[in-house]
Amino acid sequence: MKYISEFRNAEIAKGLAQKIQEAVDPNRQYALMEFCGGHTHAIHRYGLPSLLPKNIELIHGPGCPVCILPIARIDYAIALSHLPKVILCSYGDMLRVPGSDQYSLLKARAKGADVRMVYSIDDALKIAEQNPSQEVIFFAIGFETTTPPTAVALMQAQAKKLKNFSIFCNHVLTPIAMHTLLENTTEPSPNLDGFIGPSHVSIVIGSDAYKNVAEKFQKPVVIAGFEPLDVMHSILMLVKMINAQEYGIQNQYTRAVSSTGSTQALKLIEKTLELRDTFEWRGLGWIRHSALQIRKEFDAFNAELRFPLNIPEGKEHKACECSRILRGVKKPQDCKLFATACTPENPLGSCMVSSEGACAAHYAYGRIS
Amino acid sequence: MCLAMPVEVIALKDYPSAIVNIGGIEKEISIALVDNIQVGDYVILHVGYALSKLDVQEAQKTLALLNEMIKDEIH
Ligand code: SF4
Repeated sequence: MKYISEFRNAEIAKGLAQKIQEAVDPNRQYALMEFCGGHTHAIHRYGLPSLLPKNIELIHGPGCPVCILPIARIDYAIALSHLPKVILCSYGDMLRVPGSDQYSLLKARAKGADVRMVYSIDDALKIAEQNPSQEVIFFAIGFETTTPPTAVALMQAQAKKLKNFSIFCNHVLTPIAMHTLLENTTEPSPNLDGFIGPSHVSIVIGSDAYKNVAEKFQKPVVIAGFEPLDVMHSILMLVKMINAQEYGIQNQYTRAVSSTGSTQALKLIEKTLELRDTFEWRGLGWIRHSALQIRKEFDAFNAELRFPLNIPEGKEHKACECSRILRGVKKPQDCKLFATACTPENPLGSCMVSSEGACAAHYAYGRIS
Repeated sequence: MCLAMPVEVIALKDYPSAIVNIGGIEKEISIALVDNIQVGDYVILHVGYALSKLDVQEAQKTLALLNEMIKDEIH
């Protein structure tokens, strides 16, 4: 497909690998974190680690929205799905994420709950219009990429005066998560030399959104496209910045990302959503101002207000290492359940569910190497 | 989840709907998040929404830059 296949050219990838080889200082290590699960997926799918010099280490970050959602929020969604007259809709991956005691939305469905997988939040709006006697709840998750569609849906629900549509909002923010990763906490954190920065999140928030974190921690961030050549090109840019001891933002993904982001999307988010005081992330714990909640003006569409539930603290699978994997201090192979008890068909932790999860990506493409 | 891809807009319907071509398959998407979309534009599609236009000139520039950079490597 146009603007995809050109960025997968093997010849150019090899040329870039050569350039990176020439650029690296053999006397040092380069620890680069790809923040986004989309990059984790691309890196494994195209076998990029095998093209890179040994002293470049790619560390998976927490940028997989399915992976970072804490178990209590999954339990909440499952409890919502079991309420009478409820149709619970969400994006596909969410149905398979295990909650406490390995119970999932798919299992809830098997027990009779009306749980539906939708491609777009617009489909959930349509289901609400078609089923006026049912309560349709959309389980909204994701970083800044899936947030603008949620904002549009809130505006539409208000304009259409829908009485039976609400959103269980779990949108989280990227720059603050980078900040938390880099801050020295009591938990072990990896020593990172730079970030392969988010592609599609940056379309919305703009490359300037990482300026504070890059400057405060003096790290280079290269906003990178999702195709293999984009990732290789970005790694080369990062190596050069690290060699020159430069920090700050560079943008490799100029065909889609501007410095200021999408004014239209940001305006809609501002209108409908606001910062939460605090939100729990799997692996990173509670982080102040790291997520969004529905504004007061849209209370009628806020599932947490319409269906307040007391959810006990979530129970992770005891041996699951997702938390440490999401912080970049462990690898999927370090988990003794990996590829034995835990597989994409039977995920025991969230990192094995979505194709962007580190465990799922390693399982699908990375085990041989 | 975050996977998104460039697709070509092939028809505009009642705003904010548009039809795009995804590798030969037609799909209806929302263009509520991006202004001034024309037939023939490429947009980055994510969970049923166009997130932004793809800047075709910038795409060509990046490809030209990559080709230029590796010129001396592949001979
Ligand atoms: S392999 Fe499964 S159980 Fe182990 S860390 Fe990954 S998701 Fe968790």
